Amino acid sequence: MDIRLDNISHSYDDFDVMRDISLDIPSGQIVCIVGPSGCGKSTLLRFIGGLERPASGRVLQLGAPPAGCLNPLTYIFQDFALLPWRSVAGNVSLVLEDHGIKGADTRRIIDDVLARTKLTDFAKALPKQLSGGMKQRVAIARALAVNPAVMLMDEPLSALDSQTRELLMDDLVDLWTRQPFTAVYVTHNLAEAVRLGHRVVVLSRRPGQIREVVEIDKPLAQREFGDADLDAYQKHLWHLMRDEARAADAELINV
Amino acid sequence: MSEAAKEKAVAFRGGGFAPRPRRWVGFAVFLGLILVAEWGTRAGWISALTLPKPSDVLATFRELYQSGLLFKHLGPSLSRLVVGAAIGASIGISVGILIGLSSYIRSGLVPLVAALFPIPKIALLPLFVIWFGIGEGSKYALIAFGTFTPTVVATYGAVDNVDRTLIRMGQSFGLTWFSIVRKIVLPGAMPGILSGLRISLAIAIILLVAAEMLGAEYGIGAYILQAGSLYDLERLFAGVVILSLLGVLVSALIGVIERRLLDWRT
Ligand SMILES: Nc1ncnc2c1ncn2[C@@H]1O[C@H](COP(=O)(O)OP(=O)(O)O)[C@@H](O)[C@H]1O
Ligand SMILES: [Mg+2]
Repeated sequence: MDIRLDNISHSYDDFDVMRDISLDIPSGQIVCIVGPSGCGKSTLLRFIGGLERPASGRVLQLGAPPAGCLNPLTYIFQDFALLPWRSVAGNVSLVLEDHGIKGADTRRIIDDVLARTKLTDFAKALPKQLSGGMKQRVAIARALAVNPAVMLMDEPLSALDSQTRELLMDDLVDLWTRQPFTAVYVTHNLAEAVRLGHRVVVLSRRPGQIREVVEIDKPLAQREFGDADLDAYQKHLWHLMRDEARAADAELINV
Repeated sequence: MSEAAKEKAVAFRGGGFAPRPRRWVGFAVFLGLILVAEWGTRAGWISALTLPKPSDVLATFRELYQSGLLFKHLGPSLSRLVVGAAIGASIGISVGILIGLSSYIRSGLVPLVAALFPIPKIALLPLFVIWFGIGEGSKYALIAFGTFTPTVVATYGAVDNVDRTLIRMGQSFGLTWFSIVRKIVLPGAMPGILSGLRISLAIAIILLVAAEMLGAEYGIGAYILQAGSLYDLERLFAGVVILSLLGVLVSALIGVIERRLLDWRT
């Protein structure tokens, strides 16, 4: 299942947030969206996931989601959004309960996704007992449990320290290598974008417009921390973004 | 002057502002007050008309227990309290959640609840008698009504404070409205609901006495009112002590529920 954004524009009251965004998200690829803060990245992701409606333009699903897919468009949130009163396994089972999956099936799915995210030993732990990185792995496990067609990730690693971020990026690459998934990955961190993105979409400052789409051909599994090729891409992205970011920063002060 | 001569430990200034439970202090305060009252009444600097002797109150209490009258009074009172408070709290929680979730219900009911809250429920007792009869019905209604309003206010405040990103999360995984309410909103609002219940249930105990003012032969409230009309201070105090104990018990019960239900809080 692919996603197509068709000429999306949006404004809150008379305040333009984004303008004429058209983009294809092909199945099996990770598309990163970068841009200065306030340029509408989170808003765009909410449109894709159907949590909000754009003022004009359409979000289209091309083709049917694969069989066994319980929740085609699935989010991973920056602040994890785990229910603090449920254990790790309980948080995963939450999203299965409403889809009529019961008993042994639930167990099997939970065991599988916890194993894939290396959380098997923590099934009974409460979120307050987990580190930030583990909480985000629980959120990833929960997303995998519904077998999504497209994962929508809104700065999933931004709340974590840089070492944990590196570890989780490796985990995401592993997950993708074993079983490629489709994802829209919003971030303001260019290192994350060049490490995880097959394509990196650069948005301008508010009102957000697509400035450039950068394709990165190198296979995910071969990209490494401090990779020279990636550095070149990252530099290029930074040149694209620097003036926008500076202007966006100055703008916020005037609000 | 050498550097070493000037060395001085940094003064600690980070203490306080973090109350911790110290169980025995509560008992000590009670015990101290009772002992002072006992001493005063025995020594005579508190006259017998000002305050009954605590030991006499205890004796009255023992008598009440031995004659079996204690349970005759306690039974009906407890059942009024439990039934009335259960009705009031459960309707209050349901209405509070609806107010917390629906714009129309909120706009419609919040002013109404604000109008009902300050009415002294005791003033409505005659009305309840007409509506529900002189029997148990009017007593349940009075207690339920008195518990209802503070529960509603506490509940919708608690629902407002539920983390919106959790609700968004539920929606993004396609949970049904009912699932979101039951699995996300209700547990998320539980801390606020329980602290509201502490207040609501104390109000229910206050209203118990009012409810038993009319046509109750047995009940702690009836017992206190009888004693009061006879200026029998020992019995009056014995009754008041029972109400206080009931209050402490209810508060402890909610404490237990909080510890069991809310152990997920950091
Ligand atoms: N619900 C809303 N109402 C009004 N303004 C909003 C709302 N959501 C976002 N905005 C504004 O839209 C702009 C884009 O927000 P957002 O998508 O969160 O940006 P980003 O995620 O790129 O930092 C910001 O200026 C923000 O203040
Ligand atoms: Mg954002």
